[in-house]
Amino acid sequence: MSNLPGYRRALTGTQPEYLHPAYVSSRKRAPAQPLVYLPHTLSEITGPVFAPETVNVKACDLTRQHSGEPLGERIIVSGRVLDEDGKPVRKTLVEVWQANAAGRYRHKVDQHQAPLDANFSGHGYALTDSEGRYRFITVRPGAYPWGNHHNAWRPAHVHFSVFGPAFATRLVTQMYFPGDPLLPFDPIYNCTADESARQQLISAFDWESTIPGHALGYKFDIILNGREATPMEK
Amino acid sequence: MTLRATTSQTVGPFFSIGLERLNRAGLAGPGIAGERVTIEGRVLDADGVGVPDAIIELWQANSYGKYAHPEDPQDKPMEAAFQGYGRIPTDEDGKFRFATVKPGAVPGPDGKLQAPHIAVSVFMRGLLRRLVTRIYFPDEPGNAGDFALSLVAPERRQTLIARKTPGTDELLKWDVIMQGPGETVFFDC
Ligand SMILES: [Fe+3]
Repeated sequence: MSNLPGYRRALTGTQPEYLHPAYVSSRKRAPAQPLVYLPHTLSEITGPVFAPETVNVKACDLTRQHSGEPLGERIIVSGRVLDEDGKPVRKTLVEVWQANAAGRYRHKVDQHQAPLDANFSGHGYALTDSEGRYRFITVRPGAYPWGNHHNAWRPAHVHFSVFGPAFATRLVTQMYFPGDPLLPFDPIYNCTADESARQQLISAFDWESTIPGHALGYKFDIILNGREATPMEK
Repeated sequence: MTLRATTSQTVGPFFSIGLERLNRAGLAGPGIAGERVTIEGRVLDADGVGVPDAIIELWQANSYGKYAHPEDPQDKPMEAAFQGYGRIPTDEDGKFRFATVKPGAVPGPDGKLQAPHIAVSVFMRGLLRRLVTRIYFPDEPGNAGDFALSLVAPERRQTLIARKTPGTDELLKWDVIMQGPGETVFFDC
């Protein structure tokens, strides 16, 4: 049992600190005590497995969940879930949620004075295929204001939740769009110290997945913690 | 290593839109073996105020101490209907509640059995990255020598152990205190 390899930890600066004062909500919710380092045990190298349920097409196509078409610019968001060694993470659950094209969430707490869209719920899910690929059809979410500071606006983003192969690989993140002028001003995007780690959150415009006459393609790969080298047999 | 793990971002205030499809506060259906327990508590911020927009995820072995995962090498009974997964949002007072079976002991890296525990992920608006903690059970002789508990300063260990409720064996209390006195122990996982 003692020779099951764990998962690798993040390099310094490539994941956010819990306390990021510019993000006001972190001040009263970040732990004050240092975390206790936990070597991975069987409890951390296992994790929830979601049976390859028949993912119906509407789960991956956020533009077809209602009788009519949602408003806004249709986009394809696709990519692969890989580990740090470049190996595909197969049959893993990817959940997404987002604002509509006007920057409004279908949520009772969202009081932004922008219209709801009766034809857009703003959520979907997919299981990655044998190459680790996923693909969503959706609309480009709008930017929206929030109360963090004067004139605060979130850049357009799609929320992603991924399980990966183990409890240790669980990840929730956000995908952004290239060239968004709001990115330099967003305390959430900027919470990670390492610049290249931040830029990894920005999707890339992609001709290959663009559908002529219909939707622009954006590519977003998600990288999960890699595995430690297998310990030597004694 | 050719790539680097994607950085984490907060779930924000609107996670229920995408995540509530897989909310699960009852982990063990009828017919699942083991001692039934209900665990309830609150998620509290630095001011002791309930966090109304948190979500916790649970991962546990079945009552035999077997995980429903292909990498669990143990020769112990599997139960096809027990996944070991839970996801519970807090209510407007920061309360959560779930029902399950008490997990069996699983091996630790020191070659000894770990005390029964549930692995917990905590997400909320304001948390830029998930927090990881564990729920242990009261009156467990194995707690004293447990691998993970022994990594924690003795005076903080009780934050990881659920409390009994007078008059019942089935209901346990366990809170998540984000900051300040009684702050929950969170693990770098
Ligand atoms: Fe958002």
